[in-house]
Amino acid sequence: MTDAQDLSPFVRHPADGVAAMDLVVNGVYCGACIVAIEKGLGRQAGVRGARVNLANKRVTVEWNDGALEPPVILERLEALGYPAFPFTAEAADSAELLEEKRLLRCLGVAAFGAMNVMLLSVSLWAGAENDPNSATRDLFHWLSALVALPCAAYAGMPFFESAARSIRAGALNMDVPISLGVILGLAMSLLQTVSHQRGTYFEGAVMLLMFLLAGRLLDQRMRRRTRDTAINLSAMRSDRAAKLTDGGAVVETPIAAIRPGDLVLARPGERIAVDGVVEDGRSEVDQSLVTGETAPAAVSPGVQVYAGTLNLTGALRIRVRNEAGGAFLDEVNGLLSSAVEQRSSYVRLADRAARLYVPIVHVTALATFLAWLALGAGWQQALMIAITVLIITCPCALGLAVPAVQVVAAGALFRRGLILHSGEALERLAECDSVVFDKTGTLTEPRPVLANAADIAPEDLALAVGLALSSRHPLAKAIVEAAGPQAPIAAEEFPGEGVSAVLDGETVRLGSAAWCGGEREAAAVAARWPDASLIVLALPGRAVVFAVRQALRPDAVSVVADLARERAVEILSGDREAAVRLVARELGVARWEAGLKPAGKIARLQALKDAGRRPLMVGDGLNDAPALAAAYVSISPISAAHVAQAQADALFLGERLQPVADAVRISTKARSLMVQNLWISAVYNLIAVPLAVLGFVTPLIAALAMSGSSVVVTLNALRARDVGKPAR
Amino acid sequence: MNVLVYLVPIALALGLLGLAAFLWALRSGQFDDLDGAGWRAISDDDLPEDEKP
Repeated sequence: MTDAQDLSPFVRHPADGVAAMDLVVNGVYCGACIVAIEKGLGRQAGVRGARVNLANKRVTVEWNDGALEPPVILERLEALGYPAFPFTAEAADSAELLEEKRLLRCLGVAAFGAMNVMLLSVSLWAGAENDPNSATRDLFHWLSALVALPCAAYAGMPFFESAARSIRAGALNMDVPISLGVILGLAMSLLQTVSHQRGTYFEGAVMLLMFLLAGRLLDQRMRRRTRDTAINLSAMRSDRAAKLTDGGAVVETPIAAIRPGDLVLARPGERIAVDGVVEDGRSEVDQSLVTGETAPAAVSPGVQVYAGTLNLTGALRIRVRNEAGGAFLDEVNGLLSSAVEQRSSYVRLADRAARLYVPIVHVTALATFLAWLALGAGWQQALMIAITVLIITCPCALGLAVPAVQVVAAGALFRRGLILHSGEALERLAECDSVVFDKTGTLTEPRPVLANAADIAPEDLALAVGLALSSRHPLAKAIVEAAGPQAPIAAEEFPGEGVSAVLDGETVRLGSAAWCGGEREAAAVAARWPDASLIVLALPGRAVVFAVRQALRPDAVSVVADLARERAVEILSGDREAAVRLVARELGVARWEAGLKPAGKIARLQALKDAGRRPLMVGDGLNDAPALAAAYVSISPISAAHVAQAQADALFLGERLQPVADAVRISTKARSLMVQNLWISAVYNLIAVPLAVLGFVTPLIAALAMSGSSVVVTLNALRARDVGKPAR
Repeated sequence: MNVLVYLVPIALALGLLGLAAFLWALRSGQFDDLDGAGWRAISDDDLPEDEKP
């Protein structure tokens, strides 16, 4: 890190004279890493302390304000072997974190209540209930009430609040029957206690809250984990731009601190970090991440360039635009906002179950009350039986049925390199019936590789590698990577043309066909690899042509074949027809379209949706973002443009395409387990409700049934884990 | 049955003690890093330099 860096946007001031920074640290796995980082940073003069969080791979460093420059900390960590990336941490009092702590607190209170009330209840069931001397029974009931009522009042608040909100909004969610069951159950139990009667439901009500809170907490935890991962990943992309100060110095500045009107330097071989207009310099730009087009475009002063494109040949000075504009970006943004608007809100499985379930429960309870009244029972007895129905039908297993599966499946996907943005994405992934791939950067690798290595003599390749080593051009890197290590050959670089060297008195050149003079040979190779960029090695009397192209991901053929077995697969690309045809043939995909604008991709997805299909869109480019938003469900590779990533329901890591197939397979399994779990709950109700309606249910039976169904549902959810072994 | 007079309060007190311990642990941030805590327990950084293995 030779350049100056501006990290001021990341520095916090937790107390007077204290500065702090939060960093994402890759590669902390065990206790040794914790000790190495905390001690290593502690030895740095001025540092007050460092604290590693192993669970989310982060470090918080505090130092005396002004005692050191923030970049020193990054260098120190780098020297310790842990590259670190600053990020803006979520405030400790953010709503999500407070909610999670609150749920945990409620769960603790509910568990305490359930334990102690159960202690009293078990002794009642063991015989004290039938004790002719009712004083002991009454004492135990009063003690139970003493513990259960405050616990339920505190631990039940998340449900009561949510139920109140839902009633105010004129809808019924699952929390309405829960709240009703708990409140009525407790009220009835109190009545029984006051009137020296048998049969109270204190333990049932508190236990119900405990199980439901466990499900709620799982759900909340999963959401936080995916959000943490997303924050870490975006920090690791460490988006910085080389900002040119007024004095002409270059300062590495985080994107967050770049203002419109700033001047930014983009060197050859670097990704352009900002949207803006070229002010100075000429170059070729690889826009494949933006448009899907693999052929480089020439840029000159006055031309709009986009963040995420790769600057190939010359240095550019770019003036950052205010609102990122330009015809292309405007088109994408327009399409994106309309696609997001039209996105139908997906109704989650659990909510669908609730819509069906809530009215049935309430009608059954009411009918029970009226029937017993009509059959001549006293209103008190009728009410008690009706409340028993409400308690026994409380969706205890239902509250766990979906979140438990989601957590287990999301964990299994995470181990296979797929990060879900939301739990419902799992359900939508399972329902997709066709898969639409973008080509560039999705089916193909984002980096170019040498395609025709087999046709080239080893000594020619060795010579080309030696020359390529002295070039910064990204295509030259592809040649270097195609062969083993070589000694570099001293060569002169001609920006935009290639490199040239004198060997044994003869001039050899490596570069564009026009500059090296090998157009005839190049044309022959171009016919074979229509989507490749060509580099020519000009030797005395002959020319060797290297075809460099974005090769397919290593497992693309098998993954696409795997997906095509049960789903319709097609390719929608913004690239040239010849390039797409080649890839489609390699993959055996019959349906493909080339040269599509973002609107064309949306039109095709809309046509699929109109035909009743549920398309999964897999894409990475800025041009794919509207399509990703318009699709039923979408996945992006981690190398995708920011806008695309923000629209995708899931991200996959690494070079392989396998996570996409895993995502579809595991979510299909997860959904079937969710449905299974909902059926288990339904069957439990089918057995328990008639008993409750007929008045046979005692508190003991209610407690056993409730915990039994919860345990069965949770165990069933664990089966989402073993869906084949993770690919290593 | 007189034994209940002190057994029940003891049971409740123990339960409350557990609840208080849990709430204290939650407040002091012990649930923030569930993976790291296990490793910290076995690190030897509290020993003087010459006693380390």
